[in-house]
Amino acid sequence: MRDNYFSGGLRGLGRRVTDRIWRLGFASRFLFATLLYSGTALKRFHLTIREIYFTGVLSLIIILVSGLFVGMVLGLQGYDTLQRYGSSEALGILVALSLVRELGPVVAALLFASRAGSAITAEIGLMKATEQLSAMEMMAVDPIARVVAPRFWAGVISMPMLAALFSAMGIFGGYLVGVQLIGVDEGSFWSQMQASVDFREDIMNGVIKSFVFGIIISWIAVFEGYDCEPTAEGVSGATTRTVVTSSLAILAADFILTAIMFRGA
Amino acid sequence: MPSEPLVKLTDVNFTYDRRPVLQGINLEIPRGKVVAIMGLSGCGKTTTLRLIGGQLKATSGEVKVDGQVVNGLDNDGLYALRRRMGMLFQFGALFTDMTVYDNVAFQMREHTDLPEELIHDMVMMKLHAVGLRGAHKLMPSELSGGMARRVALARAIALDPMLIMYDEPFAGLDPISLSIVGELIRTLNDALGISSIVVTHDIQESLKIVDYVYFVSEGKIVAAGTADDIRHSKEPYVHQFVWGEADGPVSFHYPARPYGEQIYAEASRAR
Repeated sequence: MRDNYFSGGLRGLGRRVTDRIWRLGFASRFLFATLLYSGTALKRFHLTIREIYFTGVLSLIIILVSGLFVGMVLGLQGYDTLQRYGSSEALGILVALSLVRELGPVVAALLFASRAGSAITAEIGLMKATEQLSAMEMMAVDPIARVVAPRFWAGVISMPMLAALFSAMGIFGGYLVGVQLIGVDEGSFWSQMQASVDFREDIMNGVIKSFVFGIIISWIAVFEGYDCEPTAEGVSGATTRTVVTSSLAILAADFILTAIMFRGA
Repeated sequence: MPSEPLVKLTDVNFTYDRRPVLQGINLEIPRGKVVAIMGLSGCGKTTTLRLIGGQLKATSGEVKVDGQVVNGLDNDGLYALRRRMGMLFQFGALFTDMTVYDNVAFQMREHTDLPEELIHDMVMMKLHAVGLRGAHKLMPSELSGGMARRVALARAIALDPMLIMYDEPFAGLDPISLSIVGELIRTLNDALGISSIVVTHDIQESLKIVDYVYFVSEGKIVAAGTADDIRHSKEPYVHQFVWGEADGPVSFHYPARPYGEQIYAEASRAR
């Protein structure tokens, strides 16, 4: 009896693992197909611009407000720590580096996954459930080219811009708290930041990170939507999976990218 | 070869997940006719439609549309064929992010280089044909079920197809919308000189408009004939279906072991 339970459990585990690997393989083929059929999305760029509005522009509020608050908290916490060592004028460097290297890309990506990623999955999933994708296929229009690719590229294009805006807003928040509220010297706040933040090392690496996160979120979001069960439960499950999988993938990718980028720094 | 049927299925089998869905289907859709495929939910009617549209591939047999073997076509060939087909989905499947006008214009913009003024005139003509020219600015969420079905019909005839496939066109419609959609299927078929396949289980409405009927049960064609043949059929399954009898070849009860046996078994277990 115990043997039965053991072998049954083992079989179940094996099935789950192989299912995951199959799905990953299918997701990779799907990404390949999306890239292959991206011609329409890029040639008829107005399709992508429309999606940039829905995914990028409509995410602006949450990104800007969150950026401001994260920057303000960094200002408070940073000042509290730095003043213990008598170097509170380095607050500008701390705020800027934390944001452009890490918090900007990562937090903006997490917010983007919850705000736009989930919306993309739900939209594509509902289009599938209401047979809109089938209807498109029957009209000899490939849904991957017409629906998936513009949304994928919109996410990839929006993400670095949103992360940059998040960082800019965060730095402004840090300035408000550090300089205007606490009274750190304004000159040293900005000049130290200018002197210590390297364009290639810090800013470009941050942009590369947010670009990679954009690919990850958009890929997961469009795939989950396209692959979901065409039912209410299927769409809701896919939306949840988009947020959970993207968040974990962002954090894991961030660790790998940081390890590669800032190894010798 | 105008006498050759537009659609011909020969010994078609389709298996999904090792389960046979269609077995040995032989079916013809003559040019210019309205043909219904009827049967209970889950009997394989919609699968037949999807095989004709090339969304599914037959496990064996041959599906021919206008002389082309659908299950032998590559993606480009299939898409070229689909441009000459229209399909009306069960609940219309209108694109919910577009207006009625844009829905009807969708294929014209995707597949032609026509100037926008010409597209406008064509869209208005198609919408006029289904009586909804005045609704061109509405969004799909503002339409009733019957109106949505009519807009989907206007979209299906956008590029003047040779064949229109209707998947449950009468499902969930009020009596007025039901007869409007029924009338439209017949009128458009005759006015445009096309062929139509109607997959439905709405027997009364469809018998009024169709030329020929195929009955499908458990993946096989069990009866075929004109509307009158079907009305007067002695075939038990067709008779039960036409007259809506609760019991017959299609049993009222879901398969279970004899009731007495089950009660006895449960009582002895309780003891």
